[in-house]
Amino acid sequence: MRKILIRGGRVLDPASDRDETADVLIEDGKIRAVGPSLDATDAEVVEAKGCWVAPGFVDLHTHLREPGQEYKEDIGSGGRSAVAGGFTSVACMANTDPVNDDPAMTDFILDRAQQSSPARVYPVAAATKGLKGKVMTEMSALKAAGAVAFSDDGKTIMDAAVMRHVLEYSKLVECPVITHAEDRKLVANGVVNEGPVSTKLGLPANPSLAEDVMVVRDLMLAEMVGAHLHIAHVSSKGAVAAIRAARERGVCVTAEVTPHHLALTDEAALGYDTNTKVAPPLRSAADVLACRAGLVDGTIDAIATDHAPHAVHEKDLEFTLAPPGLLGFETAFSVVMDLVRRSELSPLELMRRMSTNPAKIIDRPGGSLAVGELADVVILDPELRWVYDPAKGYSKSQNSPWAGKEMHGRVVATIVGGVPVYDVEHGVL
Amino acid sequence: MIGTDLLGIEDLERESIERILHTAERMQEVGNRVVKKVPTLRGRTIVNLFFEPSTRTRASFEIAGKRLSADVINFSTDSSSLKKAESILDTARTLDAMDPDVVVVRHGVAGVPKRIADVLSAPVINAGDGAHEHPTQALLDLFTVRKRKGRIDGLTITIVGDILHSRVARSNIYGFIKMGAEVRIAAPPPMIPAAVETLGVKAFTSLREALDGADVVMALRIQNERLSGTYLPSVREYSATFGIDRETLRYAKDDAIVMHPGPINRGVELAHDIADHQHSVILDQVRNGVAIRMAVLYLIAGRQERSFG
Repeated sequence: MRKILIRGGRVLDPASDRDETADVLIEDGKIRAVGPSLDATDAEVVEAKGCWVAPGFVDLHTHLREPGQEYKEDIGSGGRSAVAGGFTSVACMANTDPVNDDPAMTDFILDRAQQSSPARVYPVAAATKGLKGKVMTEMSALKAAGAVAFSDDGKTIMDAAVMRHVLEYSKLVECPVITHAEDRKLVANGVVNEGPVSTKLGLPANPSLAEDVMVVRDLMLAEMVGAHLHIAHVSSKGAVAAIRAARERGVCVTAEVTPHHLALTDEAALGYDTNTKVAPPLRSAADVLACRAGLVDGTIDAIATDHAPHAVHEKDLEFTLAPPGLLGFETAFSVVMDLVRRSELSPLELMRRMSTNPAKIIDRPGGSLAVGELADVVILDPELRWVYDPAKGYSKSQNSPWAGKEMHGRVVATIVGGVPVYDVEHGVL
Repeated sequence: MIGTDLLGIEDLERESIERILHTAERMQEVGNRVVKKVPTLRGRTIVNLFFEPSTRTRASFEIAGKRLSADVINFSTDSSSLKKAESILDTARTLDAMDPDVVVVRHGVAGVPKRIADVLSAPVINAGDGAHEHPTQALLDLFTVRKRKGRIDGLTITIVGDILHSRVARSNIYGFIKMGAEVRIAAPPPMIPAAVETLGVKAFTSLREALDGADVVMALRIQNERLSGTYLPSVREYSATFGIDRETLRYAKDDAIVMHPGPINRGVELAHDIADHQHSVILDQVRNGVAIRMAVLYLIAGRQERSFG
């Protein structure tokens, strides 16, 4: 097996609270040693001076589109895009065609990942059959096949009794239930955040209240049944406050926020660019501030991209008809680096929210540089400036609000299980 | 303004509005002739690209173009492109290849004229997009008010009805405020858009208070499908609380004028006899619409020479 020495980087290991300049030695797919001036005999040496060396990122929320919508993305292209963004593990949502609501489908996804993806892939199975919100899936069989969590994602389970039973049943398999918390009746046909921007644009509005009430409902259900609820892509001030209060009273809840909800407001939609259409929608500046504060104070555990590729011709439709979602992997680190530059988060704490915490939420390895752990490692240049061109990226799609924008901070190398899979000079290897 | 898009009143400077209104005065004179035609836009092609049913606005643009001697082509795709989910940008590129001089776009979804303008080389005139803007309607309303009142500055305009879904309301709010008027809106609460005060208007749920001292009362059409449901309980309730009749009109100034972008639901927004009331300027609006659209077409498509070679 390969032996790699990453030399002279700033090692950021949230699992051990380590933040110091050191070498990292990788051998046989594992972290062999971390410390100053390690012996490089027989090792490939990667110079990391001026760079950060951290556990590979873990993305709790992605759409890899295979099977069924391979024209948008497949597990291979999604996996390549992931490692180009520093993600060594990605959890993929169940809204494929057919839906991942059956162990055979979970097997298929894992087989395809084995064959084609440089990143580890963890399937999230549907919570109800066909994402229809009626009949629960066979959670124990799905877990045995490899599912790490259960979610109907964008098809929010509107029937509170069904959600209650899903949460209860999830205790049998000890997996989190992930909720895309939006009351679909309140969302109605809304496509932009309700407020001055929706009024100006004249587009149907989606109120943050739709998120708030569903977060509160799901928190109450999780509290009553004592199950692990994970709240996807928190985007509203009210949701952050509700989660904070629930954590204080001991509810077993975890939460994620996306780079776009941390960085962009609804004003990004003012030119009717459908690459700013996402669910939940980009919200007000006050919501963005609340999400950032929630991420900083630990109310929100993790950053997840909600990587959602859509083809150019689909995003070329009218704003109301274009599908919601945007690419996440390759811009995530550069976008969230803003939190470090504004001193809201230390580099170590940012890495915790990108790797250690999400790995813990789905109880998978990774998120640690401790000796003996999996050698899933990312090397980052916090200062490198570059211009993002989705056409040159690894996703099959190009739907990004950051297309053509100058980015600050870049992933320079990604290692999965001790094998280099990406570097900025050669691309995906 | 030559060669520029007209996508909304929000982006227009007051000077541009003045210029359009001034040009419309001269265009109106053409409509009063026996031979209602001038050669100004001879050899120019105007495409009316209407993705949403429209009789009045389309006819108004067509007549305006023809009075200026332009060739006017009507593409009425209705909602077929929505059903096929054909890309609007593909439609725009196809059209662009035919080399039109101006494209007039009406679409049921806000933002479509802007997206089309982004890919088209010809200038685009927005003839109404979703609940966003309908700039030529606001211009003809400004023109009508100024003709009747002699000024716009300092007037109080009250817009009544379904503000939430109304592009006419938004364009008029921008237009009248830019021209120095005070704009009030009155509507049942579910029909008042979020944070509407950010547009510079004062919102009322009492028609009486909203009309108090108003110079102009503008009623908006309520779409039939919204007359009973979760926006409004019933026609009767709406006309009783927000309908304009002789009695409610008394709260406005004695010489207040009554406007409506049409088509009118008689007995709903306006009492049966109000549309024909001496203070109603509804048909003037239609008449002035042709002059405004002539002015806009002239200013956007006029005088530019196309190069050959």
